Amino acid sequence: MEQLLQVNDLVTQFRTAEGNLSAVRGVSFSVNKGETLCVVGESGCGKSITSLSIMGLLPSNGAITGGSILFNDEELTTKTEDQLRRLRGNQISMIFQEPMTALNPVFTIGYQLREPLMIHRNMTKNEASRKAVELLEEVGIPDPVKKLKQFPHELSGGMRQRVMIAMALACKPSLLIADEPTTALDVTIQAEILDLIDDLKRDMDMGVVFVTHDMGVVAEIADRVMVMYAGEVVEIGNVEDIFNDPQHPYTKGLLASVPNIDEESKTFDAIPGTLPNLNEKIDGCRFHPRCPFATDKCREQSPPAFSVGETHQSKCWLQEVNNNVESANPS
Amino acid sequence: MASEAIADKKIGKDKKKESRFIQTFRRLVKNKLALFGLIVILIQLLMAVSAPAIVGYDPLEQNLSETELSVGSEGHWLGTDNYGRDVWSRLVFGARLSLIVGVTSVVIGLIGGIALGLLAGYYKKLDGLIMRFVDLLFAFPGILLAMLIIAMLGTSLVNVVIAISIWSIPGCARIVRGSVLSVKKQEYVLAMKSLGASDRRIILKHILPNCTAPIIVFATMRMATSILSTSALSFLGLGAQPPTPEWGAMIAAGQDFMWSAPHMTIVPGIAIMLVVFAFNVVGDGLRDALDPNMNVDN
Repeated sequence: MEQLLQVNDLVTQFRTAEGNLSAVRGVSFSVNKGETLCVVGESGCGKSITSLSIMGLLPSNGAITGGSILFNDEELTTKTEDQLRRLRGNQISMIFQEPMTALNPVFTIGYQLREPLMIHRNMTKNEASRKAVELLEEVGIPDPVKKLKQFPHELSGGMRQRVMIAMALACKPSLLIADEPTTALDVTIQAEILDLIDDLKRDMDMGVVFVTHDMGVVAEIADRVMVMYAGEVVEIGNVEDIFNDPQHPYTKGLLASVPNIDEESKTFDAIPGTLPNLNEKIDGCRFHPRCPFATDKCREQSPPAFSVGETHQSKCWLQEVNNNVESANPS
Repeated sequence: MASEAIADKKIGKDKKKESRFIQTFRRLVKNKLALFGLIVILIQLLMAVSAPAIVGYDPLEQNLSETELSVGSEGHWLGTDNYGRDVWSRLVFGARLSLIVGVTSVVIGLIGGIALGLLAGYYKKLDGLIMRFVDLLFAFPGILLAMLIIAMLGTSLVNVVIAISIWSIPGCARIVRGSVLSVKKQEYVLAMKSLGASDRRIILKHILPNCTAPIIVFATMRMATSILSTSALSFLGLGAQPPTPEWGAMIAAGQDFMWSAPHMTIVPGIAIMLVVFAFNVVGDGLRDALDPNMNVDN
């Protein structure tokens, strides 16, 4: 498969009164064409900032201070704002969490759908309107001609999210970044939207970066999964690897805290403690204060990414132990 | 209606918006005081538009055989002034003048204020610079600032318009900046950025339309201040020069005849008071009518 996006050792920092804080600390991953990468982790672990870094839409006090982002073999971090603007909505698109607030309340659906087409494709208003009807049909909105004249408040949440998707995909981007697009929707609508994204991905051979904290969504949509904790990638692998053979204690914790319909037990195993603040200095592995398996080594040295399988990596000292055991007892 | 003319310009242009416009209008006229204000403004507007048709005399025509006629005199129902000029004619032409001056100065002030407010609100780097400049303008008492500008430019009605426009800029800039600050945090602005819209497009097409409600209210209230200041400046001899029929100038001219012909000051005085009051209550009413959180009983 052709590689679409390659992120290497990305560091994103925020300037604050307390100095520069790193929200993303050396994240590396790649996305291929026609592949869905799910980014999971607790709120505040750097998922959204990673995706905003790729879009070049960081808040004004944030900046990429290290690493590289290659999109179609083009370096994005050195591009000017204007060059990035031409990519956004055209080759890289993003959909957002809140369909309620992500549409401008004072304009009709049609007006907003025409925007990306008129910006990137230089279409006239009439051409754009015709295209907008097609787009609404594509995302499964009934009676699109009438919907064009309606305002966002006249549509339901699911419909609005479909409109957002139509806007994001208007120019047939090759990469779609979805930042928790289903979190604000109820479960049945959520399933429909996930199916829609999956279908459109297949039709257009897009790469999808899907940010979520819902393991159920991950199981449904992901090809590969990247688990983030406190600005770092702690585990990355195929969806089967992550669900069937989780290596990192944090991934295990995340999976254990999801309700399982097959199990009798009615309590979930929560991960003790909370995510550290950005300004908290933690020596060694950033997860060690919450890790049930933490050793002295964990408290002192930050673990490198250990390969578990060909496509599976885990950033945990436990791997070293496992690897040693394996090399000691070659089977 | 002047206030509506402004409202019309801002949101009523699109036919799609008409329903919202009518809805706002309905909520506005439910407010009795605002309705009264609207009627006063309507009367002034009619007076201004049909000025030559509804008066029997040229406002500048002197008739020294009929000076200082009191209110209710035959042929001059509002009397005449010390030169025998018809007060009603002067009042009607004064209405025209004060509307023209008011609207022009508010429009120019709005253009400047909106531009500064949008830039300051959207670009954090410009914010400090622009807002300190605005603070500087604010630090001057308004009428003093206007007098200063006129002292530099010379006395004329055009300079009054310029002075009042400049004086309108800081208030407008602050209000617009405030709205921009809250609107730009909305997710649809980020969504537009993610679609590759340029800053200019985002500011003008997506942020500005979301700031119209406070701008409309500001413009209406500002009309009152503008009309009052024009009269005040003319009264002080800095604006309209005699024999221009301007309300403030009329009061100034009537000063010396307070005992013999009180109507020369009272009539334009009441006109100024009514119009300023009308614009203020309409502005107040608009603020409530445009606020979606206000519950107006159906």
